[in-house]
Amino acid sequence: MTERWTYEGFEMVVGLEVHVELDTATKLFSGSANRFGDDPNVHIDPVTLGLPGALPVLNARAVELGARIGLALGCTVQACVFARKNYFYPDMPKAYQISQYDKPLNIDGRLALSDGTVIGVERAHLEEDTGKSTHLGGSGRIHGSEGSLIDFNRAGVPLVEIVSRPDIVSPDQAREYVSELRAILVAIGASDARMEEGSMRVDANVSVRRPGEPLGTRCEIKNVNSVRSLGRAIDAEARRQVALITAGESVVQQTRHWDEGDGRTHALRSKEDADDYRYFPDPDLVPFVPSAEWIDEVRSALPPLPAKRRAALAVLCGVAADTEAVMTVVERGQDAYVAEVATHGADAARALVHVKEAFAELGARPRVPASDLAALVAMESSGAVTATQAKTLLGDLIDAGGGDPAALAAQRGFEAMDDGELVALVDAAIAAEPDAWQKYCAGEDKAMGALVGHVMKASRGQADGKAVSALLVSRRS
Amino acid sequence: MAGRITDDDVAHVARLARLGLDPDDVQRAVAELGAVLEHFADIDALELDAVEPMAQPYPLTNVLREDVVTTSLDRDEVLAQAPDAVDGRFAVPPILGDGA
Amino acid sequence: MSTPSTAIGIAAAVRSGSMSAVDAVEQSLERIGASDGDIGAFLTVTASSARDEAAAIDAAVASGSDPGPLAGVPIAIKDNMCTRGIPTTCASRMLDGWLPPYDATVISRLRTAGAVIVGKTNLDEFAMGSSTENSAFGVTKNPHDPTRVPGGSSGGSAAAVAAGFVPVSLGSDTGGSIRQPAGLCGVVGVKPTYGAVSRLGLVAFASSLDQIGPFAGNVADAAVVLEAIAGHDPGDSTSIPEPFGPLGAAVPRGVEGMRVGRITDLPAGADPDVTERFEAAFDALADAGADIVDVEVPAFTYGLTAYYLIAPAEASSNLARYDGVRYGHRVAAPDTDAMYVATRTDGFGAEVKRRILLGTYALSAGYYDAYYGKAQRVRRLIADDFARAYTHADVLLTPTAPTVAFEIGAKSDDPLAMYLCDTYTIPSNLAGHPAMSVPFGTGADGLPVGVQVLAPAVGEATMFAVGAALERAMGAQR
Ligand SMILES: [Mg+2]
Ligand SMILES: [Zn+2]
Repeated sequence: MTERWTYEGFEMVVGLEVHVELDTATKLFSGSANRFGDDPNVHIDPVTLGLPGALPVLNARAVELGARIGLALGCTVQACVFARKNYFYPDMPKAYQISQYDKPLNIDGRLALSDGTVIGVERAHLEEDTGKSTHLGGSGRIHGSEGSLIDFNRAGVPLVEIVSRPDIVSPDQAREYVSELRAILVAIGASDARMEEGSMRVDANVSVRRPGEPLGTRCEIKNVNSVRSLGRAIDAEARRQVALITAGESVVQQTRHWDEGDGRTHALRSKEDADDYRYFPDPDLVPFVPSAEWIDEVRSALPPLPAKRRAALAVLCGVAADTEAVMTVVERGQDAYVAEVATHGADAARALVHVKEAFAELGARPRVPASDLAALVAMESSGAVTATQAKTLLGDLIDAGGGDPAALAAQRGFEAMDDGELVALVDAAIAAEPDAWQKYCAGEDKAMGALVGHVMKASRGQADGKAVSALLVSRRS
Repeated sequence: MAGRITDDDVAHVARLARLGLDPDDVQRAVAELGAVLEHFADIDALELDAVEPMAQPYPLTNVLREDVVTTSLDRDEVLAQAPDAVDGRFAVPPILGDGA
Repeated sequence: MSTPSTAIGIAAAVRSGSMSAVDAVEQSLERIGASDGDIGAFLTVTASSARDEAAAIDAAVASGSDPGPLAGVPIAIKDNMCTRGIPTTCASRMLDGWLPPYDATVISRLRTAGAVIVGKTNLDEFAMGSSTENSAFGVTKNPHDPTRVPGGSSGGSAAAVAAGFVPVSLGSDTGGSIRQPAGLCGVVGVKPTYGAVSRLGLVAFASSLDQIGPFAGNVADAAVVLEAIAGHDPGDSTSIPEPFGPLGAAVPRGVEGMRVGRITDLPAGADPDVTERFEAAFDALADAGADIVDVEVPAFTYGLTAYYLIAPAEASSNLARYDGVRYGHRVAAPDTDAMYVATRTDGFGAEVKRRILLGTYALSAGYYDAYYGKAQRVRRLIADDFARAYTHADVLLTPTAPTVAFEIGAKSDDPLAMYLCDTYTIPSNLAGHPAMSVPFGTGADGLPVGVQVLAPAVGEATMFAVGAALERAMGAQR
C-alpha cells in the first residue's frame, strides 16, 4: 500500500493532466505528416498554419485511438463537440486551440494501481498540439532571449488530454499512475508516450490541506520531463505550500515551472487574462456521434492491458506481479514470447530472466526463435551448461538470430563436467586455500567465495557455480 | 441579463483581443457596444430555456477523413509571405511571460 | 453582329468557336480599363493571367476538348477568396500584399468550368459592412449613381456586374452581403443553402453564416455559375453531401400553382418606394399563376439582434489569427505581445475592431450564456418558425433591403443604422436557407429595387423558378 504523503500535519491532493501525442500518420485536422525530427516547417498546410480560409477536417484514426484510450481506461465514450479555446501565443497558429470543452469524447474512467487503489479519470479529450518555439540568444530560455523562431511541424498533431480526478495522495502514487498510464498507452498502440521526448507531457495540480479540511488553493506544475522528476516536483511543491501556510501566508493559484537544477518550482509571470479562454463550439466542425456498434468494435479490438498481462506472466513464472522482470518484460511487450518459450517445455522463470536481461533491444518479436531459447533453458536446467555458459550461448543465439544451442555449446567446447572431475577440483581448492576453508567451516559463509573462485579459475569458467557451492555445503556438514 | 457595458469591460475585452484603445476609443466603444447590446433587451424577454441552442444551420455529424498524408505546402513559398523568417522558421520578437 | 454579353451567351459562342475566349476577356478588360477608375469595383485586375487562361481555353476548343459550361466567361471574385499567387486582401491593411499559397475550392471549380478570373473586387473590410465604405483601399461607387454606395459587403462584385465589366461575379453573404448589394445595384444575387458551396478558401468572417454565391445580370446566368461552384467538398466539414437539384431546368418552369408566402409579421421599416415594388412582385407572381398565402414567422424580427452577437463572436475568434507572425501585416515592437497589439491596432479598421470587441465581450467569462448562448437559442426559434411557414408556402417574399442605394457617407457614422440594412436578409443566414435578390424595377430617384425570394434548405430550384418568373414579369412590364 502506498503511503499517504504527510508533512507537518498536512496532506497533499494531486490531480494530473497528461497530454499524449497519438500515433497517427497525419495531423488531427489536416493531411500533413505527424512526424518529428525533420527540417522545420516541412509538414505544413493551410490548416496547420492557420492561413485565412483554411478549414479543419477530423482525422478518423485519431478519433479511433482517442476512443481506444477512453475504453482502456473504462471511460464512457460519448457524442462529442470540438470547441475553440482562444488565446494568443506565437506557436498557436490560429490564436485558438481546437479542443473539447463541455462535451469531451471520453468521461468517467478509472485507473487501478498495483495495490488496488483506483484513481478516477474525469475525462480524456481530443485536441491539437502547438508548434515549437526556439528562444534565441542568452540562456536559450524564454526569459532574456533576443527573439524566438517557430517551427509548426508539431502544430496540429493529435493529442489526447487525460485528466485525473484529484485522487492522488503521494508522489509515489503520482509516479505509479503515470507509469501505468504509459504502459497502457503503449500496449494499446495509441502512443509511444515518451516523457523524455515530449510525446507524453504531465502537468500536476497540487494542493495541501489538513486532514478533513476542504481542498486548498492549487498550483499547476509544468515542465516535468520524467516520472522521477514528477515525484520530486510534487513533493517540493507541496512542501513549499505547507511552508507558506505555516508561515501565515497563503497559496496563490498560479502556474509554476519545475526546475530540475535547483529542485524547486518557480512561478511564471502570469497574465491577468490568462484563463478567459472564451470557449465556444467550433462552427467549422460538426459533432462526432459514435454508434454503439462502433464503440463495441473499438472495444473488442483492444488488446489485453498491462495489468492483466503482468498477472498472467507472473502466474506462468511463479513470481509476484510487481517483480521488476515482469514489469519490464510486459512493458517491452515480450510477455507473449516468454509464454511461447514456456510452451516448448522450458522453465518459464528462467526464460523470463534471460529475456529481461538480454532482450532489451529486441522488441516484442525477438528474432531468436522461441524453440531455440527453450532448448537453451532446458540445457541450463539439466546442468548440461552452466549459467555463465548459457549467457554466452544466448549471446551467440541473438547474434545469429537463432540456432541449435547444443551445436553452439559444442563449438565453444562447453561440455558438462562429470561429478568426479568437479569433486577433484573442489578438493584441490580446499587444499590450495586452507585459511578460507577453515573460516568457512567456522561458519563464515563469505569465505565460500574464495573457494568457488578457485574452482572457476581452475576450470576456466566451465564449472557450474551452483554445483560447486552445493558440494562445498555438503562437504562442510 | 448582464448589466450595462462599462469602461472596464471594454478595456478587458480589448486586452483579450489584443487591440490597443486610447481613452477616447474606450468611450466611443462603450457607447457603440452599449447601443448594440441595448437591442438585446428584445431577446432577453423571450423564454428560451427549453430551446436547444443551434450552433450550425445544417445538422451534420461524423464528418471524418482518412489518416492519409497529403503534400505539404512549399516552405519557401510560405516563408516568403512571413513578416520575418530565419533558417526555415518564423521569427518573432522576444516572448515574455507565460503562454497558456 | 453584336457580341453576346451574358455568361450563357459567351460560353455558347466560345464553345462553338464563333467567338474566342481571348476576345471575351479582352472586351471585359477594356471596359474595366475604361470605366473602373470611376467605379472602383476592382482591387486587382489580373489582366495577364486572364489573357493566358483565355488563350488556353481557345486552344482547348481548337483541339476539340470541352472547356466547360463557363468557357471563356470573364468573372470577378470578391477579394476574400484565396487565389494562389494573386493578392487576396479582404480590403484590409492586415492582408495587404498577401499572396495565398492555395486556391479556394470555388476558384478551382470555376477554372474547371472554363471561367476566366479577370480580377478581385472591393468589399467592406473582412466582409463587415453594408456599403463597401469600410474598405482600406477606397470606396466603390454605385454604377447607377456614383454618389451612392453599391451596398455591401460584396459591393465591388455587384458593381462589376452592374457596370457591365463582367457578366458574372462571386460574392460572399454572411448577413446579406450578396443580396443587399445586388438589390442596390439592380443585379441578381444568390445566397445558397449553407453548405451547398464549399467555404474552403473563403476568408472566414462568421463561419456558421458565411456562404459564397453568384452575382449575375440575369437569373439563368446565376444558375449556371451556382451549379459550377456548388457540390460536396470533403475539405469543408460543413459541406452538405447532397445539395439542390438542377437549376437550369428550374428557370423556365414558371410558378403555376406555387404557394408564395407573405410574412404577415414582417418587421416594418422599408421605404414606401421599396414596399410598392415588393407589393407589385406579389401581383406579378399571382398573375403568373401562383397562390399568395399569408404566413407568420414571429422570430424573424429577432434575427438582427441574434446576428449581431453570433457573427461578431465567431469573427472575434476567426480574426485572432491576424497576429503578424506567419503572414500579412506586422508592426515592429520590442516583444511579441506588444507586436500583437501594435499590429492588430494598426492593421484593422474601425468597423472590424468594433465587431471584434463586441464578439469578444459576448464570449467572455460570465457573459457567454447571457449573450452568445441566448442568441444561439433564438437562432433555433427562427429556424423552427421558418420550418412551420414552409408547411404553408413553397417560398417567401420580402424586400431585399429597406431602402434604395443611399448616399456615400450617409450612414458611416451610425453603425446601428447601417446594421438595419440587413433586417430582411439576416434570417436566411441564421437558418442556413437559400435566398436570392432579383431586380424588380426602380424606386426613388430611379434607383434599383430588389425583391428577395426565400426558400427552405436545398430549395434552390424552386427559388430560381420564382426568381425567373419575377424577371420575366419585369421584361413584360418594360
Ligand atoms: Mg489542460
Ligand atoms: Zn490540453
